[in-house]
Order: sequence, then C-alpha cells, then structure tokens
Amino acid sequence: MFELPSGAEIQGIIASLEASVGFFIPELYLSVLFMLLIVVDLFAKGRKNNLLSITTLLGLAGSIFFIYQQHSMQPGEFFFGMYVLDEFALFFKYLFVISAMIAVVITMADEQFDREVKSIGEYYALIVAMLIGMIMMASSADLMMIILSMELVSLTAYILTGYFKRDPRSSEAALKYLVYGAVSSGLMIYGFSLIYGLTAQTNLIKISAELSAHGYDPVVMILASLIVLAGFGYKIGAVPFHFWSPDVYEGAPTPITAYLSVASKASGFALLMRFFYIAVPHVVNPYEDIIGIDWVSLLIILSIASMIYGNVVALWQKNVKRLLAYSSIAHAGYLLLGIIVMDQLGTQATLFYLLSYFLVNFGAFYVVILIANKTGSENLDDYRGLGKRMPLAGAALTVFLISLVGLPPTVGFIGKLMIFSALLAKGSLYIWLALIGVMTSVISLYYYMLIPLNMYLRDSEQHGEKNMDSGMLAKVLMALLMILTLYFGLFFQPLSDFAKYSSAMFGVKLY
Amino acid sequence: MLSLIVFLPIIAGLVILAVPSSQKQIIRIVSLLASLAQVVLSVLIWRAYDPSLPGITAGPGGSPLGSFQFVEKLPWISLNLGGFGSLNIEYFLGIDGISVTMVILTALISAIGILSSWTIQKQVKGYFILYNLLASAMMGCFVALDFFLFYVFWEIMLLPMYFLIGIWGGPNREYAAIKFFLYTLFGSVFMLLVMIGLYFSVIDPVTGNHTFSLVAMASQENYIKDAILGPDNVMWRYVAFIVLFIGFAIKVPMFPFHTWLPDAHVEAPTPISVILAGVLLKLGTYGMMRINFPLFPEVFHASMYVIGIFGAINIIYGAFCALAQQDLKKMVAYSSISHMGYVLLGLAAGNSEGMVGALYQMFNHGTITAMLFLLVGVIYDRAHTRQIDKFGGLASYMPVYAAVVTIAWFASLGLPGLSGFISEAFVFVGAFSSVTTRYIAMVSVLGIVFGAAYLLWSLQRVFLGKRKADAAYDIEVGEDGHEHIHFHDWKGKLDLDGRELAMLVPLAVIIIFLGIYPMPVLGMLTTSINKLVEVLSPVVMTTMN
Repeated sequence: MFELPSGAEIQGIIASLEASVGFFIPELYLSVLFMLLIVVDLFAKGRKNNLLSITTLLGLAGSIFFIYQQHSMQPGEFFFGMYVLDEFALFFKYLFVISAMIAVVITMADEQFDREVKSIGEYYALIVAMLIGMIMMASSADLMMIILSMELVSLTAYILTGYFKRDPRSSEAALKYLVYGAVSSGLMIYGFSLIYGLTAQTNLIKISAELSAHGYDPVVMILASLIVLAGFGYKIGAVPFHFWSPDVYEGAPTPITAYLSVASKASGFALLMRFFYIAVPHVVNPYEDIIGIDWVSLLIILSIASMIYGNVVALWQKNVKRLLAYSSIAHAGYLLLGIIVMDQLGTQATLFYLLSYFLVNFGAFYVVILIANKTGSENLDDYRGLGKRMPLAGAALTVFLISLVGLPPTVGFIGKLMIFSALLAKGSLYIWLALIGVMTSVISLYYYMLIPLNMYLRDSEQHGEKNMDSGMLAKVLMALLMILTLYFGLFFQPLSDFAKYSSAMFGVKLY
Repeated sequence: MLSLIVFLPIIAGLVILAVPSSQKQIIRIVSLLASLAQVVLSVLIWRAYDPSLPGITAGPGGSPLGSFQFVEKLPWISLNLGGFGSLNIEYFLGIDGISVTMVILTALISAIGILSSWTIQKQVKGYFILYNLLASAMMGCFVALDFFLFYVFWEIMLLPMYFLIGIWGGPNREYAAIKFFLYTLFGSVFMLLVMIGLYFSVIDPVTGNHTFSLVAMASQENYIKDAILGPDNVMWRYVAFIVLFIGFAIKVPMFPFHTWLPDAHVEAPTPISVILAGVLLKLGTYGMMRINFPLFPEVFHASMYVIGIFGAINIIYGAFCALAQQDLKKMVAYSSISHMGYVLLGLAAGNSEGMVGALYQMFNHGTITAMLFLLVGVIYDRAHTRQIDKFGGLASYMPVYAAVVTIAWFASLGLPGLSGFISEAFVFVGAFSSVTTRYIAMVSVLGIVFGAAYLLWSLQRVFLGKRKADAAYDIEVGEDGHEHIHFHDWKGKLDLDGRELAMLVPLAVIIIFLGIYPMPVLGMLTTSINKLVEVLSPVVMTTMN
C-alpha cells in the first residue's frame, strides 16, 4: 500500500516543517512553560508558596509578546494545511492567554484551595496545557487537528474540574463532564468521518472546494453537520448539549468554572465559526436548501433553545454558581445569533460579545470567590446583607450582573446592541430572532437581580462582627474590572475596532 | 451649559463617594447645592431661551443650529462596520420648546426631592449617590437629541430607581421594586430594536451616513425608501410605532400597563414618589412627543382615535380607582393615572390647542402631584398611617397644613385660577375641535366630575368634621385652654415646619402664578408645538410620499 517517500520528498517535508515552525512560536513557548512548571513544582513544595503561580503569570505574560509578533506575519496555512495563522486566531490567542492569567490570579485569591488541596502541584501546568489546546483549537484548519486539540482541552479540563479530590461535588462534576465529553466527541468524530467519506479530504478549505465542485447529498451533509454540532455544542454549552454544565460549574473549583465558562466556551465558538464558515458551502437563502434545512437552521434552533431554556431555568436557582451556569447557557444562545447572520458584521458582533462576556464573567466569578472566602458559601440566601458588609464587592457584582442583563452603560449592553444590529441589518429576515433575544433578556433581569436583591434589600440574620475585608489587591482588581466594564460601555470603540480587525479569517468566502 | 446641568448631580455623587458615611449633613448639603445649582442653571436657560425657534426638526441646511438651542454636538463613537458604512454615535444635546419646560421642571422637582430626603436616616450615603445618579439620568433624557444617548440615559434611570424603592421603601418594597424594573425594561428592550431599525433606515443629510440623531429622524425625507423602517415598509413601521408606544405608555403609565404605579408609589419613600410622579411619568409622554409621533407621523395619524380612547380610559378609570382608595397615597397615585390621561387625550387631538394643553398639563401635573405626595408624606411622618378614616377634623389643629393641602387639592381638581385648570381647558378645547376626538372628549369630561368627587371627599374626611374614634392622634387640652392634638411618637413641630414650607411654598406659588398668568411657560412652547403639529399633519405627509 504505502510507498516509502523518496529522499527528495523527505527533504521537502523537512523544509516545509522548518518553514512552518516560525509560525508556531507562541505554542512552542507555552509548551516549554508547561514543562518548566512541572520542574518548578518539584522544588516548590507547599501550597503557600507563590513561586508556581508567579512563574505561571510571568510565563503567560511573556507569551503575549510572541503572539504580538505574529501580527506582522502574512496570514496563511502551514504544517501542510493543518494549522492557520490569521487575525481571527490571534484574537482568540489573546483572549485565551489573558483568561488563563486571570484564572491564575483568581486561583491565588481563592481560599478554598488552601482548605481542599495539600499541594497545588500540577494545577498551573494543567491550566497552561489547556491553554495550548484552546489556542490550537482556534487555529486548526484540519479535521484531525480539530480532534487532537479538542481532546487536549477536554482531558485537562476533566482533571481540573475534579481537582478537589476530597470534595464529592467536584469529583461528581468531573465524572459527568468526562461522560458527556466522551459521547459528544465520539459523535463529532463520527460526523467528521462522514464528511471525509463525502470528500476524501480533511483540510477545511479543500473540503469546501470539493463540496462545491462535485456537489453532495444534502441528507448526508445535514446529518454530518448535526452530529458535528453535537461536539461543538457541547463545548459552547448550548441546549440540548448543555446537561453537563450546571453540575460542572457548581462542582468545579470556582477559578476553573470561570475559565471553562469563558475560555473553553470561546474556543468552542472559534471552532464552530471556522468550521461552518469555511468547510460548509453556503446557499444564499438558508430556506432554499433542498430539504429545507441546513446548518444555519440548526444553529437557529440551538440558539432559541439556549436563550429560552437558560434564562427560564435560571429563575429557580438557589446557588450562585449554578445560576451563572444557566446564564452562560443563555449567553451561548445570544452568541449564536451573531453567527447565524453569517456576515462580517455578525462575526464582529460575536467577537465583541465574547470580549464583553469575558470581562464581565470573570469579574462576576471573582467576586463570587471573594464572597465565598468570607461566608464560605455560594448560596443565594447567604448573600443577604452583604451589600453593607462588603460595599465594593456588592457594587462590583451589581455592575457585572447589570452588564450580563445588557443594560447601559455597561459593555454588555454594547454587546447586545451589536448582536441585534447584525440581525436587523439583514432587514426583516431575523427580526423575530431579535424579538426572542430581547424578551429573554427581560426574563434574565429577574434572576440576575435576585443577587443584588439579597445583597441590598434583605438583611442577614447573623450580625457577626466578622472581618469582611478582602484585602487591598483584591479590591483594586475588583474596582479595575468594574471600571473597565463601565468604561467600555461608554467608549467601546477600541474593543469594537479590534473585533472588526479580528473578523478576518483565512480562506473564508462569506465576506 | 446643558452638559453642566446634566452632570452636576453625578459630580455631586462622586464627591459624596469620597465623604465618609458618618458625615450625613455634609452629604445632604453637597446634594442640595448641586440641585440648587441645577435650578439656577435652569432659570438661566429659561431667561436665555429664544421662543421663536421651533426645534423638532432640523433647521436650514439640515443642521440642528437655528432650530434647537444650547446645542452641544460632539462625535462620541465612530465605528467602521465594513459594508454597513460606519456607526456614528454623537454626544448630541439641545433643547426646544418641548424639552425646555421639562428641564425646568426636572431641576425644580429634583431640588425639592433633596429637601424632602432630609429625613432619610438609613444609609444616607448610598441614598444620595443613587438619587444624584437618577437626577442626572432624568435630565439627560430630556436634553438628549441622539437616540442612543437618550436610550442610555433612559436605562440608567432604572437601576437607581430599583434600589431607591427597594432599600428605602415600605414593607412590600421588594415586589414593588422588581415590578417597576421588569415593566419598564420590558418596554424599553423593544425600543432598543426600534432604535437599531431606525438607525439602518435613516441617513443624515449632512454627512451621508446612518445616524442615531433624532433631529434627522424627525424629517421623513431622510428615510431610505426600502429600508426596514422606510416609507415603503408600512407593516414594520406600524409595528415599530406600536412597540415604541407601548414602551412609553408603560412609563406614563397608560391603562392597561399602569399596575406597577400604585405599587411603586405606595412602597416608595416620599421623595422618590415625588420624583416618580413629578418627572418620571413625564418621560413617557415626552418620549411620545419627541420620538414616537414625529418619527412615524402617518401611523400616529391613523391611531389618534385609539390613543384618545386610551386617554379617556385613563381619565375615568383612574378617577374611579382613586375614589375607591382608603390609602391617601394610593389615591394620589391613581389620580396621577387619571391626570396623565388628559395628556394622552391632548396628544390624541393632534392640533395645537390639544398639544399645548398636553405639554402644559405635563408641567402642571409635575408641580401639583409633587405637592400632593409631599403633603401625604407630611401627614405620614406624623401619624405613620395614611388611612383616610384615621383622621378627621385636622383643619382646626393644623391650619397651615390644611391651607396648603387645600391649594394642592383644588389645583388637582382643576379649579380656575390654579394652573391645572388652564392646561385641562386647553386639552378639552383641542379635543373638542378635533373631529377624531370630539366624542371621546365628551365622555372624558366626566373625569373632572369624578376627580372633584374623590378630592373633595377625601379633603372632607381628613380635615373637616370631628376626630374619628380610632384616629391616629389624641386630643389634649393645653394649659392655655385650647385643644391640641398629639401624634404618638412625633417629636417635631405639629404644623408644617420650615423645611416642609421651603418645599411646599415654591410649588404653591408656581401653581397659583401659572394659573393666573401662564404665559412664561406657554410662551416658550407654542412655536415648537406648532412645528410639531405641522410635522404630524397629514398634508405634509401626502406631499412627501
């Protein structure tokens, strides 16, 4: 079967690899950081030692330099079309690196780690490993590469979710995550195999060319799209692939919850956009496909289901982390709206929404950690009277929640504005989707406001003179995130310009 | 000038943020100074206002200058959206005859609200920060000429209001606060969609870009013909008009969207009730006059009859509900619903008389209802109850209070010589002279009768006659042989004290003065109203299409 490659071919392969490595420096750097952290862990024993976390932070900060250098490189594909470098991928690289940094910072603040784990050990190394996986997800242009990078993210995420070994909730969450993850990646790989069967290609751009050139059986294609969507939907936490997320969000260590809810979700979106924008050929009107249904219709169903289900079920939640889990399902629905319109404005809106969600969600989880440090609880009832006892934390959390609802003058409002603008720019085609979007965000106001309601409108039964001061550093960080949320709500041009710049995707024919 | 008047309270709020929360007096004084400065600025604006400029639409050459006054226009955000041109949002303030009256009213009511807040003891610092934020946002709504900016101010009002009712309110405050929040947000999210739709439908004639400018939107020739809200898209224009109208009607509040109002008023502390009734409700009808009607004139024309009917329902239904109330504050709240019905009726008439009456009624209702709520607050402070049947015969023990109440009550029922009469008269003149609303006006006149009924009846039960058997106070015979009354745990002055007089007397003076000589206000608004009527008139519509 196999013919051994000739010497000249091997030479060519090596030359091509050598040329490609130049585009792969941030990933290589992070891999070195990953190994370095394991080595440092051998010397830095004891949980109170901040050596590991500081090394991670500095190392991650260093990677930003290498990512920044990639701006000057020509967008293109390398490693035989396995991997691409474009503005779109760079956007996500920044997003993931900064997410990882924030995750490290809020881990340092979380006192639950002091109680639950003896040694922080490989925790930070795993965060970096997950980061590498996510970066590769955002840059993959080949089915094999997608599977590999997604598995890297998933495996590290399972371990991190179950990091509190003695906490049954944490272990349960990890197991559920693993089971759901295994099923959905299995489905996704099956979908990929169907696509490979149709086209005999694994490269996304070549798949697209093959499908447009030779036509395809729409039934098989829609089946493949549906099955592939199961894998992506699981990563972005959209209904009906969301069942893992409330339990995982509640059980996982809170920094990991924040990391998953922002970065992991964003990586899912990166993949989803790249896959569907490039690999699948597009009909002009989604309703004119042969069987009257295509992947855009599937996304519409997913989006509506997520917005309604996430926002409605959140109404009954009593645990703040669980509440935020359902809210993150709902936000996946809003993000999908930006993808459905399939144009540059929609992509820009989605990327902007991701940025705003990133800022606000990290802020919210950070405050939840600080409050849990003092009260030892994430239950809504234990938030009573906190507004008086922790004024800054209360104010900051209120701002973040208002931003999640999408009220001005916060960045969340601009995110919603951009998404709805993208929908309405299509004329009357998607008005009904925008209507569902705004109506569900009215519903969301009720459960988000439950938190300020408990913090400010109700008094706590216990009047302990407990020290509720969370320290200078925490306060500064909190205030910074709050001010950024408000600032970008009024002067959002830099974020929006960045999102526009980043909407350029290599090989995309949509816009 | 306008920026200053809008942001003064926020600056005061930032100053307060730096003051330690134990320094209650400093916090109050800073707030008071800021609001007094607002009043001074509003008087300066009133003096410098040129009533001959029309406003509403752009002046010559498509520029707001020469039509609007005190215009401040700065580029705020300019986004490149690729194929969709660029998204331009402007920091665009300016006033015309419609808004200048509201600016004065807002400054006045804000200052009186601060005085009334003097008795707030719980979490003073937080209270005044939120209050100042609210005051800024209200003022911003009235002067914003960019839809985006208007929307931002509009939404910023919600959160402070939620907390002000929710933290400092009465026993059922949680319910009232979230109900207010949900109702108003429900109305405003649709406004958001209409705003985006309008943005894609309107071209600024000066720059050639899409725009959020309300001034550009008010001229039908700036619309793209086949855009989503362009003249060809009749159905979506109707839908947009209706959802915008509902958004504003919730704020008014118009039947059947009024149910949040009695709850909010009953639970809110007195100063917040004053703000709510005095200014916030006007935002609903102001929004209709500034945005809803001039942007969709042909739909307005088709729906005048329906709006008039809803106005009449508000007038009569509100009066009936007020008649049935045992709680004095709830009665005043329903009287607000009734009186805002006159505004709707005047707008529905669509002619100059009706519109002038509506706008003048907005101003007068602001001053009169503020007074009513303050007076209810005065008696509630003393007696800790507002039940009408817990009083009786108060006039002989609190003569000053009774006199002020009488002025306010009579102003509210529209006694000639007080300001309410003139505006209601204008509304009815307008409504009768319009063919559309003639019969509606005939029915609505009944509202005046019922209005007189509940006001006079409550006046009689509280102030005249003898003390009721289970009244909230005891009668003692003092050393001088005269009878005095004594409220159980009230240490202050029995009759109105200096602070209360400082709040009430200016309002009473304004009400009486504007009842005798309304020209200072009417003179400012007639040119703009005539322009608005011209924009809304069907003649202009047919020449354009």
